Amino acid sequence: MSETGHTAGQVAPVDTGAVGRVATTSVGRLLWNGLTISPIATLGGGIIVFWALMAVLAPVLAPYPPNQMDPMALVDPFPSATHWLGTDQLGRDMLSRIMWGARTVLIVAPVAVLGAAIIGTLLGLLSGYRGGIVDTIVMRVGDVLLAFPQIILYLIILAKFGASAFNIILVIAVTKAPIIARIVRAVTLDVKNRDYVAAARMRGESTLHILLVEILPNARGPLIVDFFLRLGYTTIAIGVLGFLGIGLPPPDPDWGGMIKESYGLIFVYPHMTLIPAAAVSSLVVGFNFLATGLREAALDD
Amino acid sequence: MARFWAKQLANMAITLFAVSFLVFVLNELSPGDVVRKIIGPYATQDQVERVTQQMGLDRPVLVRYFEWMGNALRGDFGQSLIYKRPVAEVLWDRLGNTLLLAGVCFAIIVPFSVFLGVLAGMRERSWIDRSVSVFSSVCASIPEFAMGVFLLAIFVVGLGWLPGASPLRSGDGWPIWTQLVLPAMVVVLYDSGYLIAMIRTSMVEVMRQPFIRTAVLKGMDFKSVVLRHALRNALIAPFTVILLQINYLVAGLVVVEMVFAYPGFGRMMLEAALAKDIAVIEAGTLVAVFVTMMTQIVGDLGYRALDPRIRL
Repeated sequence: MSETGHTAGQVAPVDTGAVGRVATTSVGRLLWNGLTISPIATLGGGIIVFWALMAVLAPVLAPYPPNQMDPMALVDPFPSATHWLGTDQLGRDMLSRIMWGARTVLIVAPVAVLGAAIIGTLLGLLSGYRGGIVDTIVMRVGDVLLAFPQIILYLIILAKFGASAFNIILVIAVTKAPIIARIVRAVTLDVKNRDYVAAARMRGESTLHILLVEILPNARGPLIVDFFLRLGYTTIAIGVLGFLGIGLPPPDPDWGGMIKESYGLIFVYPHMTLIPAAAVSSLVVGFNFLATGLREAALDD
Repeated sequence: MARFWAKQLANMAITLFAVSFLVFVLNELSPGDVVRKIIGPYATQDQVERVTQQMGLDRPVLVRYFEWMGNALRGDFGQSLIYKRPVAEVLWDRLGNTLLLAGVCFAIIVPFSVFLGVLAGMRERSWIDRSVSVFSSVCASIPEFAMGVFLLAIFVVGLGWLPGASPLRSGDGWPIWTQLVLPAMVVVLYDSGYLIAMIRTSMVEVMRQPFIRTAVLKGMDFKSVVLRHALRNALIAPFTVILLQINYLVAGLVVVEMVFAYPGFGRMMLEAALAKDIAVIEAGTLVAVFVTMMTQIVGDLGYRALDPRIRL
């Protein structure tokens, strides 16, 4: 966990060290080894699968539509036979909202992280391979982006352009890309003078081929560990945005937003706040456990 | 050394310039919005144009930017719309409150993380290591707002030991120090979770080095090996990261400040962003970026001082 966005609020200390030392095996083998060897990774993977199932099956399994209000339940919003996890302050079924909320975060977070990974990888490859002015420009722009405390960047941009799923994905992708670019650049610098890269150049392969086929596979290990770590931090970031009121617009369920809306009622109806808080925490625990286990497994390899 | 400083300061000046310009352009490219914000939604178009002219907002954005920068360099950041006070006053007030919380947290986080990180890393994959690693991983996984909610449910709703809000006024029967406990607890647990993992990794690596094995094999007792040989080396790599926590503690506490209604810098930035109080946003961003860059420079210097293998 040496390099990370940590919170939406923190400038990521960029140190590609520990992630960069992960051995490079195939992605499938890395995942398989991690899941079978490390109990921590198995547990993390289990939690993620659980939430993924909740998200996928929400339309089938959720007992009520997520935004449907049940006025009768407002008399006693606590968990009951009709509403297993109770209802929220508007009489909406908590269980259904939690399940649909899983859907929201499990779509937005992976898309955002994938976006950051693609932008960051391409820029990192180019920057490391080409060097010179390209390298300077890419790294300098990255430095400026990283100099912003991230939460402040989110505040400025989302308050200015409005909060939507698209804007959130964009902001996260752009702010996380420089970190990934550094990881990939470090790997690229390390391998670009090796013989097989020179051989590929001699064969007359295109730059694109050399970057994607010869160099990129070396960054697989670090990137996959980083991917799961970053999913965890992005889940936190999405929750933070929702909690601060600049996340996904209501009424569709979003865990951070649910906490924000019911927070003032914690003395009377703690379940409305505690359940989404437990949901988001468990999902992040899942991502972090999986990443930790994978790194350990890869180091053993 | 002089070259190092010249380079760092130039770097900082350029970044601050770029950041301030970006934020300025982003916010003030359409001056009509600013005027609307000031004189309200019911003003006629004619009034908007008149005020725009009076305030000089019809001049090119570059001219206005350099004027703003000139004032900012003299410590004048203009007037805040939402707080109805000079920006500088609000800024120093809020920054002071945040620094109080940040200082308390930093003073706990560092020894706490070093202790647990070293304890875990000195015997890799022992049960202590396992427990500490799981503890730190879980701490780092629970978002501040969730941790805040959990602790609130336990210590305020359940036990009634602590106040649920921290407005830093002693009127409600809770002394000020009690109001710092819960926010600090959230920050310490969350941030330590991450630092412990860093320090543990570094410690594990140091313990694998030949000089540690030599010390053990020559019969030195384990405690002295850890304290006299490993500790110092294990803290070199995480040193920069430890310092970088200052950024988070100054600019990133917005969530904790919101949970506990703490009148700090982060909350000021959120309120300003939501109300489009541009003067506050610009000044606050500059301060935040300045703090970030300063800690980076100090981190660099300290790192070089600690590790004699690195030369300036």
